[in-house]
Amino acid sequence: MKRVYVNEEWCLGCHLCEYNCAYANSGLKDMVVALKDKKIFPRIHVDGEDKITFAVSCRHCTDPLCVKSCIAGAIYKQNGVVKIDRSKCVGCLTCVLVCPYGALAPGEDGIMQKCELCLDNSCGLPACVTGCPNRAIVYEERSEAE
Amino acid sequence: MKRYVIAGNGVAAVGCIEGIRSFDREGEITVISEENYPVYSRPLISYLLEGKTDTERMKYRPDCFYEENGCRVFYGRRAVSVNAAKHTVTTDDGNTVPYDNLCVAVGSRPFVPPFEGLDTVENKFSFMALDDALALDAALFESASVLIVGAGLIGLKCAEGIRDRVGSVTVCDLADRVLSSILDADCAAAVQKHLEQNGIYFMLGNTVQRFEGNRAYMKSGVTVDFDFVVLAVGVRANSELVKNAGGEVNRGIIVDDKMKTTLDGVYAAGDCAEGYDASLGARRVIAILPNAYMQGYTAGVNMAGGERAFNNAFPMNSIGFFGLHIMTAGVYDGESFEDRKNGSIRRFFVKDRRLAGFILIGETDRAGICTSLIRERTPLDTVDFDLTKKIASNLIFSQDIRRKKFGGVV
Repeated sequence: MKRVYVNEEWCLGCHLCEYNCAYANSGLKDMVVALKDKKIFPRIHVDGEDKITFAVSCRHCTDPLCVKSCIAGAIYKQNGVVKIDRSKCVGCLTCVLVCPYGALAPGEDGIMQKCELCLDNSCGLPACVTGCPNRAIVYEERSEAE
Repeated sequence: MKRYVIAGNGVAAVGCIEGIRSFDREGEITVISEENYPVYSRPLISYLLEGKTDTERMKYRPDCFYEENGCRVFYGRRAVSVNAAKHTVTTDDGNTVPYDNLCVAVGSRPFVPPFEGLDTVENKFSFMALDDALALDAALFESASVLIVGAGLIGLKCAEGIRDRVGSVTVCDLADRVLSSILDADCAAAVQKHLEQNGIYFMLGNTVQRFEGNRAYMKSGVTVDFDFVVLAVGVRANSELVKNAGGEVNRGIIVDDKMKTTLDGVYAAGDCAEGYDASLGARRVIAILPNAYMQGYTAGVNMAGGERAFNNAFPMNSIGFFGLHIMTAGVYDGESFEDRKNGSIRRFFVKDRRLAGFILIGETDRAGICTSLIRERTPLDTVDFDLTKKIASNLIFSQDIRRKKFGGVV
């Protein structure tokens, strides 16, 4: 299965992935309307500090702790993609407490949202990948890390 | 074809079903469900009263779950005895069901201390199952005074859930602080203050001496008049099924890391089971939902002939009250470190070069990175622990470790 990977040596820390993610998931056609003067709640976050930066989003784990730990049964796996039914989530943040990658954060309403690889939104391909100016974020098939 | 029986129909039972089906698509699964509902999320009952969910959205699995997993469910039936020699379970309607492997996932029940005069109280409620919440939901009215006995997770979530629907909410507890099972004194004081600012009234270090109708006479000498009382003192594991069949029990049903009890072919999982707590280094009941699922899943895999051990269990809680988030994990043992800013508290406990536990109040972003240090028993000299104290970031790991965590399939 294809997943999103980040090459931290190439990450500029520009945060464009966060904006592209927020826009892709806004459901809005106009990027200005979607993002201008708004606090954004992206599903990918640039972690790190001045010299080292790397974007972190859901790893779509083979054996995801968030799915097993969700107290509402809101997180589930479908064809390898870890998804959330936001209507069931009550915002308890147990998934934030168990995700070892620090990849999850709630949306503006306090309800969880997560990377679903842009498969169901208007983008169709991960927006963080297509918009990364330095090609630090890629969408590809890999096996276990060496 | 193997015959599996699961006593109970909560989250541990779902874990067990999914564990079995990860190995055996054919075997026959029978679920004995005391409640007349398909599996639902019990921790959501306070959100139901608050209007943040409903019974439809509280369903833990889709309606097709049992059918898709080839389970037959006996609703409204309770397992009353196990014959370990004959490998049979008898239900309360006298039906005897044979099994090759049995999983006891019957949860816990509210513990109600023998309060004097409790029988004179007409409007008393527990707060554990959906029916408790529905009964309370139907009874509440706008000017009602509610007394909640117990300032633990259940009592306080109930308080939050009903606050906007009643006139007053008073919480009493024999302990001198709120959430005494997961917070130390300082942190409890901070949470209590926040709850008080949101309209919850506390009587701590104090409990009901006796009830007389709608009045409670407190230990301190004061009286509290109420329209409803909610009893949320604590819970007890339902361990009798295994105990009466000759299996070993303590506070809960004793299980090994494969969730096997001491009875042949009998497993146990969830709030009724007492397994190994890796953070404590001893066995204890860890009555939290993630644990119930993982224990159930582990039991299911082993019942179906697979090999799976669950040997890194430890307590953890993520709970919020009126917008304030609290996350805790592990044990509060060893040297402690604290970082406070903007009203947030981050407290870490370090023992034998490893993170033993933590309490985070307010700032909880990416807390799972801290949890992973407990789960993986990561030696703290291999990470930037000074940074961890301030903020949870993957920067605490070396670049090599980050490459492993983020560079491939995990």
